[in-house]
Amino acid sequence: MSDPVLQAVGLCKNFGALEVAHNIDFTLKRGARHALIGPNGAGKTTFINLITGVLMPSSGQIILNGQDITGLGQAERSRRGIARTFQINQLFRGLTVLENVVLAIAERQGIASSMFRPLSSYSEVTDEAMELLSNFDLNEDALRRIDELPYGRQRLVEIVIALGQRPSVLLLDEPAAGIPSSESQHILDAASALSSDITVLIIEHDMEIVFSIADYITVLVSGAVLTEGEPEAIAADERVRAVYLGEVDRG
Amino acid sequence: MISDAESRAYFSQRSRLKWWEGLPWALSVAAFFVLPDYMAFGTQVLITIIFALSLDLVVGFAGVVTLGHAAYFGVGAYTAGMVSAHLGWTEPISALLLAGLVAAIVGFMSGAVLLRYHGLTLLMLTLATAICLQEFANVNEDVTGGFDGLTGVSFAPLLGLFEYDLWGHTYYWYSMVVLFLVFVVVRIIVNSPFGMSLIGIRENTARMHAIGTPVYRRLVSVYGVSAGIAGLAGGLFAESNAYVTLDVLSFSRSGTILIILILGGVGRLYGAFAGAVVYLVLEDELAKMSPEFWEFGVGLLLVLTVMFARGGLLGIFDRLRKVFSRATP
Repeated sequence: MSDPVLQAVGLCKNFGALEVAHNIDFTLKRGARHALIGPNGAGKTTFINLITGVLMPSSGQIILNGQDITGLGQAERSRRGIARTFQINQLFRGLTVLENVVLAIAERQGIASSMFRPLSSYSEVTDEAMELLSNFDLNEDALRRIDELPYGRQRLVEIVIALGQRPSVLLLDEPAAGIPSSESQHILDAASALSSDITVLIIEHDMEIVFSIADYITVLVSGAVLTEGEPEAIAADERVRAVYLGEVDRG
Repeated sequence: MISDAESRAYFSQRSRLKWWEGLPWALSVAAFFVLPDYMAFGTQVLITIIFALSLDLVVGFAGVVTLGHAAYFGVGAYTAGMVSAHLGWTEPISALLLAGLVAAIVGFMSGAVLLRYHGLTLLMLTLATAICLQEFANVNEDVTGGFDGLTGVSFAPLLGLFEYDLWGHTYYWYSMVVLFLVFVVVRIIVNSPFGMSLIGIRENTARMHAIGTPVYRRLVSVYGVSAGIAGLAGGLFAESNAYVTLDVLSFSRSGTILIILILGGVGRLYGAFAGAVVYLVLEDELAKMSPEFWEFGVGLLLVLTVMFARGGLLGIFDRLRKVFSRATP
């Protein structure tokens, strides 16, 4: 259970003189519930973008299941099992909830390039989508347009789309962002209910969520790893309190 | 609780033939008997619908806006025209298929370069591509006829039976058959998983990348198919007019077809029909009324459509339907 599924080795990214990732060494163990925390501008989303191939690193390597995937594009990495959600919803706004999920499933099943059979004849796609939606109590909303849903439910669909990719690694970029804390419990439940086959890396500001989900925490500050360890150790770490927890108190 | 059966039905509902889909075809046939003197004009309307349908695949479904679609219409027109004028290849159906094929190849090749770009850059590049092609045709006047147009274009009777006639009767039916076949193909494509993924690209390209879609490859595919269909329209244009001028590649043709599609409604297939009929009939009538100012009327209609009928003329029906379904719960 403890072999690494995803590794970053000496990952650097510069935008001109601005260094947004500095020599990041990072290991995600199979089955982990790993949290990535850090103050605003620490480079957490940049790190996700490097892992998923939205950005190409200036130097360093990314290794998935022992294979170097540094040179691969976004789509190829996604097909190899890396899925992500976005801090700000990236949904197919004009489409129904069902269609949103069907797009991801059709792509994973490898039928999305087929031109000459109607989508309706692939019932395995819609059935899988409905099953996923039911798991998240979204069944009732399947045929509604996604932008008619309350924001909290949209955040759930954001996750369901990623699950439609049947990822081995799921990167959740602030899944509870923009939701009143009273509702973030739903997201929390959804994240904790994920199958243990899926390795989860979660970026989160809400410390309650982090400590309730994560079994391991990496702290990122100014594009570099400050420290990492078990939640108790991180909570007790003076440096972390200074740069991060302190900021929450102020903010 | 929404059952699996209901969710499956959702997609078949979407692709099922609706009763009103027979309407445009019934009207096209009726037009032949009611307005037999207008069939040359009618042929041009049908050709324009084919051209607009090809554009709808790219603009309406994949969400890629282009100002250079006449490039492929023109390639089709010159292909059909030149094989007839220079090679004496006058069999119209094979010449038409060749026109579509050549345009599709040009579409795939140019698309492979163009679709690496996005937004305004892409828009400018599509425009520039069409202008370059037009200039290329202008310079090579020994094969294209240059500014004076390609002469000596003539075609054998269709299937060896139906002679080309001045009233356009033969070509009206011929164009309608081609339109029907093109429409069937386009309709199948947009209801396929491929079509759904185009809509996904239109709605959110970033997310499509994230779910593993090879966005670029898919766009090049649809661009090539669309170019092929535009080439068929161009080929029909050359055959039905028996001449080809540089105008087939012009910027105004690229612009007009986009206007027609927006007028009718993008991303809904039948927008191409409504837009082409309304635009061309209006142009014809207004030009008769006021040869100098007809464009003002067309412009006004477009302004009104864009301001008050988002979704084009067909969007109006959608809204009416919503109003009625609310009134009768």
